[in-house]
Amino acid sequence: MLSNEVGEVPTSKILISKEIFKEKISKLTDLLPKKIIEELEEALIGKDIGEEELNKIIEKTIKAYEHVKVDPYEAVGTVAAQSMGEPGTQMTMRTFHYAGVAEINVTLGLPRLIEILDVRSKPSAPIMTVRIEKEHADDKEFAGKLALKIERTTMLDIGAISTDLNEMEIIVDLDKKSLDQRDLSDEDVLKKLEKKFDKKKFDIVRDGLQFRIRPRERSYKEILQVAEKLNNVTIEGIKDIKRVVVRKEGDEYVLYTEGSALKSIIRVKGVDPHRTKTNSIKEIEEVLGIEAARNTIIAEIVETLGEQGLDVDRRHIMLVADAMTMNGEAKQIGRHGVAGEKKSVLSRAAFELTTTNLLNAAFGGEVDELSGVAENIIVGTPIRIGTGDVELMLKRERMKVE
Amino acid sequence: MGLKKIGKIKFGILSPTEIRKMSVAKIITAETYDEDGYPIDMGLMDQHLGVIDPGLICKTCGGRVGECPGHFGHIELAAPVVHVGLNKLIAQLLKSTCRSCGRLLLNEGEKKKILERMEEYERTGQKTDGIVKEVFKRSSTVKICPYCGEEQRVIKFVKPTIYRETIDKTKDGEKLAPTEIRDRFEKIPDEDARLVGIDPKNARPEWMILTVLPVPPVTVRPSITLESSQRSEDDLTHKLVDIIRINQRFQENREIGAPQLIIEDLWELLQYHVTTFLNNETAGVPPARHRSGRALKTLSQRLKGKEGRFRGNLSGKRVNFSARTVISPDPNLGIDEVGVPLKIAKELTIPMEVNELNIEKAREYVRRGTDHPGSSYVKRPNGERIKVTDINKEELAEELDVYWVVERHLQDGDIVIFNRQPSLHRISMMAHRVKVLPYNTFRLNPAVCQPYNADFDGDEMNLHVLQTEEARAEAKILMSVQNNMISPKFGGPVMGGIHDHISGLFILTRRGNIRKEEVATLLKGLRYQNLPEPAGSDEEGPYWTGKQVFSIILPEELSLTYRAGICQNCDICKKMDCPNDAYVVVKDGELLTGTIDERGIGTFKGLILDKIIKEYGGERAKKFLNEMTHLAINSITHFGFSFGIDNEDIPEKAHRQIKEISMDTDDKIKKLILAYENEELESLPGRTLEETLEMRIMQVLSEARDNAGRVAEWYLGLDNSGVIMAVSGARGSMLNLTQMAACVGQQSVRGERISRGYTDRTLSHFKRGDLSAEARGFVKSSYKTGLSPTEFFFHAMGGREGLVDTAVRTSQSGYLQRRLINALQDLKVEYDGTIRGMSGVIVQFKYGEDGVDPTKSDYGRAVDVEKIVDSVLGEK
Repeated sequence: MLSNEVGEVPTSKILISKEIFKEKISKLTDLLPKKIIEELEEALIGKDIGEEELNKIIEKTIKAYEHVKVDPYEAVGTVAAQSMGEPGTQMTMRTFHYAGVAEINVTLGLPRLIEILDVRSKPSAPIMTVRIEKEHADDKEFAGKLALKIERTTMLDIGAISTDLNEMEIIVDLDKKSLDQRDLSDEDVLKKLEKKFDKKKFDIVRDGLQFRIRPRERSYKEILQVAEKLNNVTIEGIKDIKRVVVRKEGDEYVLYTEGSALKSIIRVKGVDPHRTKTNSIKEIEEVLGIEAARNTIIAEIVETLGEQGLDVDRRHIMLVADAMTMNGEAKQIGRHGVAGEKKSVLSRAAFELTTTNLLNAAFGGEVDELSGVAENIIVGTPIRIGTGDVELMLKRERMKVE
Repeated sequence: MGLKKIGKIKFGILSPTEIRKMSVAKIITAETYDEDGYPIDMGLMDQHLGVIDPGLICKTCGGRVGECPGHFGHIELAAPVVHVGLNKLIAQLLKSTCRSCGRLLLNEGEKKKILERMEEYERTGQKTDGIVKEVFKRSSTVKICPYCGEEQRVIKFVKPTIYRETIDKTKDGEKLAPTEIRDRFEKIPDEDARLVGIDPKNARPEWMILTVLPVPPVTVRPSITLESSQRSEDDLTHKLVDIIRINQRFQENREIGAPQLIIEDLWELLQYHVTTFLNNETAGVPPARHRSGRALKTLSQRLKGKEGRFRGNLSGKRVNFSARTVISPDPNLGIDEVGVPLKIAKELTIPMEVNELNIEKAREYVRRGTDHPGSSYVKRPNGERIKVTDINKEELAEELDVYWVVERHLQDGDIVIFNRQPSLHRISMMAHRVKVLPYNTFRLNPAVCQPYNADFDGDEMNLHVLQTEEARAEAKILMSVQNNMISPKFGGPVMGGIHDHISGLFILTRRGNIRKEEVATLLKGLRYQNLPEPAGSDEEGPYWTGKQVFSIILPEELSLTYRAGICQNCDICKKMDCPNDAYVVVKDGELLTGTIDERGIGTFKGLILDKIIKEYGGERAKKFLNEMTHLAINSITHFGFSFGIDNEDIPEKAHRQIKEISMDTDDKIKKLILAYENEELESLPGRTLEETLEMRIMQVLSEARDNAGRVAEWYLGLDNSGVIMAVSGARGSMLNLTQMAACVGQQSVRGERISRGYTDRTLSHFKRGDLSAEARGFVKSSYKTGLSPTEFFFHAMGGREGLVDTAVRTSQSGYLQRRLINALQDLKVEYDGTIRGMSGVIVQFKYGEDGVDPTKSDYGRAVDVEKIVDSVLGEK
């Protein structure tokens, strides 16, 4: 700001070229984290600086960075756990909340946080954010069609089902309006039905928009069972996607789904697989791998805490996510995961399932090395973390006695 | 004598030989004491097992009560029984090993492969549980032993301790006696045991069937003498008595050749007693009960759960040198101080090692005895501890010498740790400096309430006195209040002004025309040199502004600019000419424009405070906070500030307006309901018609409340004390005020309007199916005017939900916290910058991907690059 004024630049100053600047900056990669280098570049862009000044800035930045680095032996785990656990007491219990997408229920607050840390195989309210390929992203019609394509359409959505016990048949009356709305024809439905109901066992009679399904085995039980089955037949869409809502976000249309089926959805034509996500961590892990799962854990925790207006440093959340995923498998925080798989018998026994852990340790002939925090508290020795891990020594000759 | 350090702990199953070897007495009689009250030899209270009665001496080690740790005895069981804790493993072993040759039912090749895999897993530090599971699964289906050709039978495990064997799956089969099981297990080769995850060196399979029972020392199960001088035995002793009795009966019956049926019954009974002795909560076994009907607390119950040995005594221990009492506020204390009642200061001590330099001081403490800065005990170099009394204090002071230890009273300036539960944070425990004060409560500065989450409605807090120099040094450097002002959670301040501090400074910094005497009153108790130049002068003489007075406590070079919390977010910011005086400019330690409110000095948000902590350090910030609280309280008392119910009075005109709004709303709702009934209402996407109607009504109602609130807000005006508190962020919100003055608004249960109660209606005051505002929990009255009976009831419903919510939440989040701590507590930063667990596994290569400590960061930001650039470029 100041240096841009003409005449202010001292004549002795040699302005540096872009190349030298780039070179200098690139040398910093070992010394400074990427983000700081980026910030530095951004702050210096468009500014006239001499080499000496640049050196000074770099030197100062490095010094400032060195100052804020973590101290060795810092108990970062405990700090992270406290930083995430304490806000939990301030969170609401309200499970459902109409956030973001007004039409879809989302689990929020403490229950959601617990759900994430438990790595449930299915979250209580699975939701996907489906983005459309860039070239169609602003096409409302395309989005609407895509929504219909992935949303599960059952027989009930497109017609009425009734049973005729006299004739021992099931009558399906298709609704033309519903069919058109979903861009389906009665042919499609027939095909689907024929696929679902084996020709050897059923007769399907078509009469305009009416279908009559007659099971060969003529029993009431069969009729009722078939009717029940028919209710749940998926005519179109993905089975797990119960509802799709289209919303405009910025200048693109985004689909929000109730229910999650990442594996199937990213294969649907028109869906941008790179920007489509789900809130089910287990699913992400299965489909996209552990790194994606880690990122999802971080993103979901940040979102859950942020929604409640709680400010927690990202580094704590990252540590939790890393602890959960470090073995290449998303493990829960708790007895069936990180805490329950610890090496130390005493630590596990002190956490949960005391007797079970002790008995298992007994027949397995396990040895507790007493290296962790909980074990050392149990046997009454200093814990090996923080100042408890530092062995301070002073050479006698260095001591100045006055 | 140096204490031995425990290196590691190995777990295993005790073998019968080991049990006998470590036993000091064989227990054969169920009797405990003879008529004279002395323990009977070879009884459960045998004096070889240790002593609990004062005066008696342990026959094994010669120690008295407190010296003798106790010794194990043993009972020879007449017949072997199953160990319940291992019942599942026993079942699996029976299924997986040959009934005749005892070998694992897999062929050599398979065994070799599994062994290799296991070794591989162990070498790489992986758990072998999965392999073991597979081995059990595969071997239990083998029909014919690959070694001896014996045909295997089906093993049926009837929980908890019965095993049956049959050839025909549909039949019950024959019961396997523990003796039989033991015989089979004896034949299992060591190498096969290894394949099923058993360490044969420490846990031979046959040891899972008990033949000898260790008897815990009496010190583990002390009996208590009741007032009636009757002895009441421990639960474990009761159970052991049962075992011995049945054991004897079994033996006798067998010797006289009783019928098999009786023998078997007795065997089962013995099994029952041993089972309940080990675990009285085994599924399928009725718990053994005390005469009173209470279930006995046996071995497993002693270890388990929150109050069990592990969580209750080993992970969490009770401590000495601690105190607990009610807290109360004292703004005259520094934020790093704690007021300690004299009574407590005289009770808690700090050991003081006497040397040439402090001997005189130490003598003084001893001579003063129990008077306050005195001492309570002295310790001779030989370890003898002598209580200092009025009689011996002079004598002891004379005798006092180097190498003695004086346990002196707590006094001003001592470092102690102060704590409030629940300790969810590391800042729930901080080091304070003691200030000994009269009366009975701990006193603390209200500015440090936030990190402890304390208030003064009866909260109690704990105080711990540090006993070693190292501990004091550590506490002072790492735990002191001034060094913990930045939260590691988000890198901002966790302490700061609250309530009156904010109101006080808000009023102060909005004032002009403050006379010299007034300035002096405001600044009393603060240290300052020379007042700034007066802002101006009139016929009454020179005057100062509130901003000038506030500037006195700011550090000299401090400069910053921000928008205060009262900022209206106008479209065009007039900056320093802000009509609300919300644009705060501090330049070179002087507040030029702007009002100080929560954004300036409040907890979490205080920007001025944050800047002072980060630029000038904790010590300066401590000074600032102390002075700030003083100044704020001086000014709020000087200018006067009160709030009462009549502050919520709004004129009749306002009431009329509010009434109009409420009538309007009723109309709107009626229209909505009508539209719904006529099926004219268009449903929102993805919602049913009913849901849509509900949502629309809720919307209308919340608008109504807001409008009523706005009316009240208008009539209350900015000079209202309540509004000052709400606007400055000192306490409460505009919502609270409008609820008091205008309209309370919709009550909700589960995020919906109240809809439950009677059939189709909430209360019998309304017609069925009434969807109107008042029938569904809308409170149109204000707290000031009072609620109608139905409104009151709905309000109570909403209130109840809130209470339940808090109760559930605390338990849930407590458990979450415990799990998080347990999962992460072993992680630490290594010198190479990696984050590792205790076994050296790397969790992160660089902490938070940039190695930055959030505590040292600025709201998560590592380095303020722009500031550096500006400072370098601005130098010339």
